[in-house]
Amino acid sequence: MKQTLKKALPFLGLGFAAVTDRAIPNSTQQPEADGPYFFYFLLILAAAYLLAFLCSFFFQGLEEKLAHKAPFLAGAALLVAAINLAISKFALLPVLFFPCLDRVFGVFAADRALLLRCILASGKLLIIGFLIGGGLGFLTGVLIGFSKKASYWISPIMKFVGPIPPTSWSPLVLSLFTTAYAASVFMVALAVWFPVTLMTSSGIQNVGNSYFEVASTLGAGKFHKICHVAIPAAMPSIFLGIFYATCSAFVTLVTAELLGADAGLGWYLNWEKSMMMYANVYAGLILIAVICTLAITLVFKLKDHVLVWQRGVIKW
Amino acid sequence: MVGEIKIEHARKTFVNPDGSSVTALEDVNLTVRPGSFVTFIGPSGCGKTTLLRAIAGLDPADSGAIFLDGEKITQPGVERGYAFQQANLFPWLNIRDNIAFGLKARKEYKEKKDDVAKFIEMTGLQGFENSYPHQVSGGMRQRAALARALVGHPKVLLLDEPLGALDAFTRMNMQDMILSLWKEYNMTMIMVTHDVDEAIYLSDEVVVMSARPAKVEQIIPIDLFRPRRRGQDTFLDYRRKILKILDFAGDIQDVDYYL
Ligand SMILES: Nc1ncnc2c1ncn2[C@@H]1O[C@H](COP(=O)(O)OP(=O)(O)O)[C@@H](O)[C@H]1O
Ligand SMILES: [Mg+2]
Repeated sequence: MKQTLKKALPFLGLGFAAVTDRAIPNSTQQPEADGPYFFYFLLILAAAYLLAFLCSFFFQGLEEKLAHKAPFLAGAALLVAAINLAISKFALLPVLFFPCLDRVFGVFAADRALLLRCILASGKLLIIGFLIGGGLGFLTGVLIGFSKKASYWISPIMKFVGPIPPTSWSPLVLSLFTTAYAASVFMVALAVWFPVTLMTSSGIQNVGNSYFEVASTLGAGKFHKICHVAIPAAMPSIFLGIFYATCSAFVTLVTAELLGADAGLGWYLNWEKSMMMYANVYAGLILIAVICTLAITLVFKLKDHVLVWQRGVIKW
Repeated sequence: MVGEIKIEHARKTFVNPDGSSVTALEDVNLTVRPGSFVTFIGPSGCGKTTLLRAIAGLDPADSGAIFLDGEKITQPGVERGYAFQQANLFPWLNIRDNIAFGLKARKEYKEKKDDVAKFIEMTGLQGFENSYPHQVSGGMRQRAALARALVGHPKVLLLDEPLGALDAFTRMNMQDMILSLWKEYNMTMIMVTHDVDEAIYLSDEVVVMSARPAKVEQIIPIDLFRPRRRGQDTFLDYRRKILKILDFAGDIQDVDYYL
């Protein structure tokens, strides 16, 4: 019973947000919105949470998770309600830079075709950049981690070049690549390459010698040792690298898409900002945040799947 | 019968980063008969592990030579299995895959798959095949490490205090398990231990080593029928004798049972 009440808390938060939104009219300073889109957004959230709430009666795991998260979700709903009051209702902040939430969420409806195209374009850029940068980073990392010679020659270059923000390459990159798209891919790949290389090589260099000795006495050759000892042992560190890479890929995205892309979330942000369409800018920001969170969640899920063995051994 | 180890004038000196050096082995000479069970016993830090690693080919001696069936040992090889002091299981592999590691590394897994199940059974690990090392007890980890070293059917099995970290009961059970594995596979066993009773209970010959640098102080053949009883008089005689060589004889009067 107590658990159920706790789980119901977010309805309270969402209800408060909805009631205050409906009861108080938007400030007259705010340009008029096309409709009560913030309210629609709250309805969607409430429906989604209702679904989770009902399911939680049938799944023990979900029940605990939801009860754990409920106070936070309720608090988040209250925070959103407070922002709505401050900006849309009482216009406490300059209305040019802080458009009412109805207009921000209205963008998702009005620009949905364009936004979808942007998501696909950015997704493509990120995935291509990630595959190239991650693949090369993994190979370089294994090479540096394993061969003293490679470490001698490549490691200092990597450490010298790596920390330069990938976006600051843009002037050079534009003259090196014939198409702007290739340049954008290069910057994302570079952003991914460095952390993956660094964490792969240091991960491999830190593998205890005893594991290699065990493998030697069992008749493992060099290649078997690389694939079946060094890489699995370095996996936790490699995943840390992939996690950093995901974050820096998103950071780079916005600048990379400045280089003459004609679609993409970064491009959308820049374009709308130059048009002073701040409602659209906020909508784009929300979208980037949501997608970035999803990508990181995916990385963590993958990590849990690949690294079942380290549950209770290593934490990060 | 194969698996004769011959050590001739083995010497080993470690040079530390600060320039100081430690001589761990000084002129070790020893022949281990094929198929026999030999234990090395000696003060901590005297060089037992160093000698075992030299036999394994992990850390060759500076001078002198070690032979397996007349062939000089220069690098690690499958015919010399090694069970490390810490079990050193691969934490990312479950128990079964740990045991199968050697077969897979040598690309023999397809033909010898059944061996894995057999060794899991012989070491009493049924039901834990899919567990990861951190999920099982220390004794199980040691048994899995033993099974992993055995699947290649080595001629010589080198054991570095494999039971050192275990409680007394687990240890005594595992001593019997080691004996039955030895009987079944007829290999030469060389085991390092710091436990005099363990040495007497298991071995055909106890090699008592001097304090660093290690030299063979004395070789004591144990002429007792198996299964041996730890409390029998002749057993205790051997213990007294070995402790005397190790210069601990004064301590044993009031210690009734040394585990
Ligand atoms: N890799 C090494 N570098 C330097 N000194 C070492 C190394 N390995 C062992 N030693 C030294 O050699 C001596 C013998 O060590 P070890 O063979 O491990 O003894 P134990 O008989 O206890 O197994 C010790 O004093 C130890 O400090
Ligand atoms: Mg030792």
